[in-house]
Amino acid sequence: MLNWLRRPKYESVERRDIPAGLWAKCPRCAQLVYRKELERNLKVCPKCGYHHRLSGPERLRLLVDEGTFQEWDADLASEDPLGFPEYADRYRQAVQRTGRPEAVLCGRGRIDGVPAAVAVLDFDFLGGSMGSVVGEKVARTFERAVDLRLPVVTCSASGGARMQEGVLSLMQLAKTVAAVGRLHAAGLPFVSVLCDPTTGGVTASFAMLGDVHVAEPGALIGFAGARVIEQTIRQKLPEGFQTAEFLLRCGLVDLIVPRAELKATVARLLHLMGAGEVVG
Amino acid sequence: MTDAQDRAARERELEQLEEQLAQMRASGADTADLEARVQALREAVWRHPSPWQVVQAARHPQRPKLGDYLTRIFTDVVELHGDRLFGDDPAVFAGLARLDGEPVVVVGHHKGKDTRENVYRRWGMPNPEGYRKAARLFRLADKLGLPVVALVDTPAAYPGVEAEERGQAEAIARSIFTLVQLRSPVVVAITGEGGSGGALAIGVGDRVLMMQYAIYSVIPPEGCAAILWRDAARKEEAASALKLTAQDLLELGVVDEVVPEPLGGAHRDPDRAAAALHEALTRHLGEVRALPPEERIRCRYDKYRRMGRFSLRPAHAAAPSDDPRSADVR
Repeated sequence: MLNWLRRPKYESVERRDIPAGLWAKCPRCAQLVYRKELERNLKVCPKCGYHHRLSGPERLRLLVDEGTFQEWDADLASEDPLGFPEYADRYRQAVQRTGRPEAVLCGRGRIDGVPAAVAVLDFDFLGGSMGSVVGEKVARTFERAVDLRLPVVTCSASGGARMQEGVLSLMQLAKTVAAVGRLHAAGLPFVSVLCDPTTGGVTASFAMLGDVHVAEPGALIGFAGARVIEQTIRQKLPEGFQTAEFLLRCGLVDLIVPRAELKATVARLLHLMGAGEVVG
Repeated sequence: MTDAQDRAARERELEQLEEQLAQMRASGADTADLEARVQALREAVWRHPSPWQVVQAARHPQRPKLGDYLTRIFTDVVELHGDRLFGDDPAVFAGLARLDGEPVVVVGHHKGKDTRENVYRRWGMPNPEGYRKAARLFRLADKLGLPVVALVDTPAAYPGVEAEERGQAEAIARSIFTLVQLRSPVVVAITGEGGSGGALAIGVGDRVLMMQYAIYSVIPPEGCAAILWRDAARKEEAASALKLTAQDLLELGVVDEVVPEPLGGAHRDPDRAAAALHEALTRHLGEVRALPPEERIRCRYDKYRRMGRFSLRPAHAAAPSDDPRSADVR
């Protein structure tokens, strides 16, 4: 009875207040959470532990010590090399909506004091998709890390290659993987953090080539989309398919780390892999 | 009638005439007139094929497959099996062979000739063990200093539950990782369908050739149309938008040479198609073989490093707005 009474009331609250951004509804437990409380809790649902997606800047704030981030290549902008339908408009809208120039933020900073090169994909910007600019900036991050003798930490959140740049987006897989190879040859560590969601061409390139793979709880991580797989095999997919926990069982990620411990864990890993010994 | 309808009507007419011609030939009748008509129509239909026409040619059931090229281009072919980790994937061919008498490693997507073989080979859609078998052979080539020839023809990497469990993405990434650092010369030919990451996994090389009516795309036109217009039926428009033909990719700097095919597609004359591919493979391999390994790896790095198009935005539009630390340079 109480539940029956409460629900309509919550919905009316939702209708009135969500546009103002006071309350957020958890997509997993469907409970309404006071938005400020959610923010304080690093956007992890205090009721069920669901890790809400972070924007690129939010992820950067979580990971990089305050006042230490120095952005690289913020001035690279996409072109529309194929003259692809609706791309120019959608790109402009993404820039306006997010206030950011592309789907990745790259630079150097300190993670609990450890100097590192960082690339953070931004799912808010065209689904974090990798086109020419994302590929170029990620590749430059690895190359600069080699020059500066820094470890690399990437945080992926991406639907994959950017369809609107066609096969040029596909070539960014090769470009970024080649750059990972340079870091590898230089003997520098690479921690790949897999956030919700990481799929397609980003998983099939640099994101799966980390020395250590760290995933956030519940994150969707995979290559093919669930719908495509269902259509191909004509079966329902198993419970928890393509989640971080599933990947851990399959031996594809090393650690699942709750958001509150992410920064400390990454820093610890970098220390253990020999980073941070030289002050950069 | 729209252009597309007009084109489709002419294609149907061509098919009918070709069938008629085959029947007349079989019955020993005089076919000179009809042959001339067929040839004229074929030229009209294929002089400037639409991207969708090319997609259909690339997927044509009679299009020469890996097996057809293996027997026509290579000698002394020995297929090798297994990734030494999990199993053997029939969707990927890997082995040793001779090209112009010289030993090489050959890897390729293995489509079948008929439905039964295609079911067995998953229509050339590899599982992770296929890519890991390929990578094993790439490493063997590196060890022995043998050149690699990779023949690409796949709709996609297989989208399946087990493929994900065994790390499809990792297998693709690792195979690319192996190829970009290989000391051996690597020449790739896209012979049919170049289906996104599933193709690129064995498609990174010093030279990438593409058959005239092959396609290479980040997503199939049907999938693109479904995303863009929520209507898979607009695949023809999507095929144009994606710029997936050999000529498009030559202009975008993704492929190095277009290998000519007989008018209307390689299946009309597999011998001639294979001869053209053979000639191109030999020539490019000869060129990249002449470089010392370190130089070759550097050139390969630069080749992929250059791919993509972007520009510099005016500085005032550049600063990400809601991260106060972005301006805080130290």
